[in-house]
Amino acid sequence: MSQTVVPPPGSTQPADPPRRQKVSEGKRAERKLAWLLCAPAALVMVAVTGYPIAYSIWLSLQRYDLRFPDQREFIGFDNYITVLSNGYWWNAFWVTSLITVISVVIELVLGMALALIMHRTLVARGLVRTVALIPYGIVTVVAAFSWRYAWTQDTGYLAELVAPESALLTERAPALAIIILAEVWKTVPFMALLLMAGLALVPEDLLKAASMDGASAWQRFTKVMLPVMKPAILVALLFRTLDAFRIFDNIFVLTAGAQETSSVSMITYSNLIRGLNLGIGSTMSVLIFVAVALIAFIFVKVFGTAAPGSDDRGRR
Amino acid sequence: MAEIVLDKVSKQYPDGALAVSDVDLTIADGEFIILVGPSGCGKSTTLNMIAGLEDITSGELRIDGERVNERAPKDRDIAMVFQSYALYPHMTVRENMAFPLRLAKVDDKTVRAKVDEAARILDLTQHLDRRPSNLSGGQRQRVAMGRAIVRDPKAFLMDEPLSNLDAKLRVQMRTSVAKIQKKLGTTTVYVTHDQTEAMTLGDRVVVMRGGLVQQIGSPQFLYEQPVNLFVAGFIGSPSMNFVPARLENSSVSSPLGNFPLTDRIRTLLEDADAPREVIMGLRPEHFEDATLLDDTAMSGGATFESTVDVLESMGSDKFAYFTLEGEMATSAELEELAADAGASDLSADGTQIITRLSASSQAKEGHPARIWFDTDKIHLFDPHNGRNFTYAD
Ligand SMILES: Nc1ncnc2c1ncn2[C@@H]1O[C@H](COP(=O)(O)OP(=O)(O)OP(=O)(O)O)[C@@H](O)[C@H]1O
Ligand SMILES: [Mg+2]
Repeated sequence: MSQTVVPPPGSTQPADPPRRQKVSEGKRAERKLAWLLCAPAALVMVAVTGYPIAYSIWLSLQRYDLRFPDQREFIGFDNYITVLSNGYWWNAFWVTSLITVISVVIELVLGMALALIMHRTLVARGLVRTVALIPYGIVTVVAAFSWRYAWTQDTGYLAELVAPESALLTERAPALAIIILAEVWKTVPFMALLLMAGLALVPEDLLKAASMDGASAWQRFTKVMLPVMKPAILVALLFRTLDAFRIFDNIFVLTAGAQETSSVSMITYSNLIRGLNLGIGSTMSVLIFVAVALIAFIFVKVFGTAAPGSDDRGRR
Repeated sequence: MAEIVLDKVSKQYPDGALAVSDVDLTIADGEFIILVGPSGCGKSTTLNMIAGLEDITSGELRIDGERVNERAPKDRDIAMVFQSYALYPHMTVRENMAFPLRLAKVDDKTVRAKVDEAARILDLTQHLDRRPSNLSGGQRQRVAMGRAIVRDPKAFLMDEPLSNLDAKLRVQMRTSVAKIQKKLGTTTVYVTHDQTEAMTLGDRVVVMRGGLVQQIGSPQFLYEQPVNLFVAGFIGSPSMNFVPARLENSSVSSPLGNFPLTDRIRTLLEDADAPREVIMGLRPEHFEDATLLDDTAMSGGATFESTVDVLESMGSDKFAYFTLEGEMATSAELEELAADAGASDLSADGTQIITRLSASSQAKEGHPARIWFDTDKIHLFDPHNGRNFTYAD
């Protein structure tokens, strides 16, 4: 934010932006120590994340199908061309994006509502919170199976209730809707928890002041609460978007990717583990990695989401 | 501008705590009224009920003759200044001040004009585009004031608006609050903890204790005619001296010596049917160094002699502290006052007395001094219920 205001004499001036000064001797020693102290952790990080990433990239540049191990050779970006010009990949990509966007939007709305309820309840607060968190506590695969049974034609109670005549999980649009439903059901509590932490950041006095200033409940929510908790909302959205983009278990259980409901993770799994095509599979996982990194980058740079842990926007 | 009437207003919180009971108060149009009292006595609760931020359990609140108990805060047209300032961190100073006007759908031009005007009054013009987080405490306080005054509300409510400022700034802001209120002539209810603010700011002061109104009156009146021991001890700084005393025929025996009652006090006591054991109160300024007075001046009072414990010279006058022999005066009120002041003078045995002497007094620390006091200025209180027998309205 650029400020052209001249502060009045005597008023405390906002601190100058850090100047690139020559680093003093002591400072330098301190920095060196800091690096040394971080080194062990950094090494572990490199070993457990850097190495697999590098190895994936290396694999993605080769023709490497375990069924035909003799044909292994370095082929540069050929795999990328294969994948990016493939209809299945793009279908999976759009399905994943659709699921991500829709489920995150719904989760945000419902999560906010749930957070407000949990924040406001005065009686049996602990009980309400515990109950709300149950879906998040259930193993996804288990929950996905119960959704699958519920939606199976003839035997499932939800299928019976909603559309007894058709097998919803075998049609594309309804199947996607059910996947989104399962995803939303599972993660709304998590969203609500993150948002509740944000709600706690909104001082009670601020809301009182807003009502005195003439704001209705809705205006208090939109004009005071949301802007003040914006950092928390962005962090919650970032977490959820990254998570949702890697959706796997719900789809695996509910449709196994049939009727073109595969996500990018699904299709990667099919190629890598089922198809044993290490080259193509690795290419896909590298592409997922790039997409996720891009999402994070957009959130942090464009929306100004404070990276979790850094504390310079959240503070007032 | 509005008249605000509290008619037997009570507040019971859901957990059963009775925070305010049966407050009767008529605040005249344009009046500046102060609510004071120790912590937890229900000042904020009273203010919040006027604001509409707390429901009224029983009784009626009327603004300009109209019952407003059920009205939402936004429909009462009252502005409030909070102790925490409650500025919107995501808005600039200008947006903060404009917020109530924007909500009221005032057109842009008027908003601009009003905000500029308020900023000028409050000397905030050069800060309009900054954010609250970049302002000093005093500037934030002024923005909070500005947000209240831009909309020209029927009344201002202020809950300890200056208590987060340092002492010097508080004095400055106190004066500007008074000026602004005089200038705008808006009915104001002001909650404070601070003696000086209570005495200097308001047209009238309401002293509260444990949810009950103790006394309402002009600061001077409360100072001179406290209705009970609590008000007497609460108003005034340094506070009134209290010593146990015995009434015998028409004279008093106390750690300050024995002396006859003046006619005025005797008459008041006869009407009041006072017990023999009482608590006597006397303000520090009603003492004087006896060596500075001639006989005629001395005749209207009595003297005692004691060693000066501590002498503080303030330039304009001197405060001399004494410890007199005998029991301390005890009562529930006095204990509560001591607790609120945070000063537990339990260290000394005997009775502590603070006197204010002329600057020309020759009294010295550790040396005996003869002190005169005005026996017509004494107050006599019932030790059980704190009633002031010498109160005459
Ligand atoms: N939300 C609440 N629920 C229950 N009791 C409350 C609540 N708010 C206040 N009280 C009680 O009501 C009484 C009056 O509180 P109030 O906040 O009005 O005091 P106050 O005079 O403003 O004190 P202070 O000078 O410390 O601000 C206190 O005993 C307090 O414990
Ligand atoms: Mg209070």
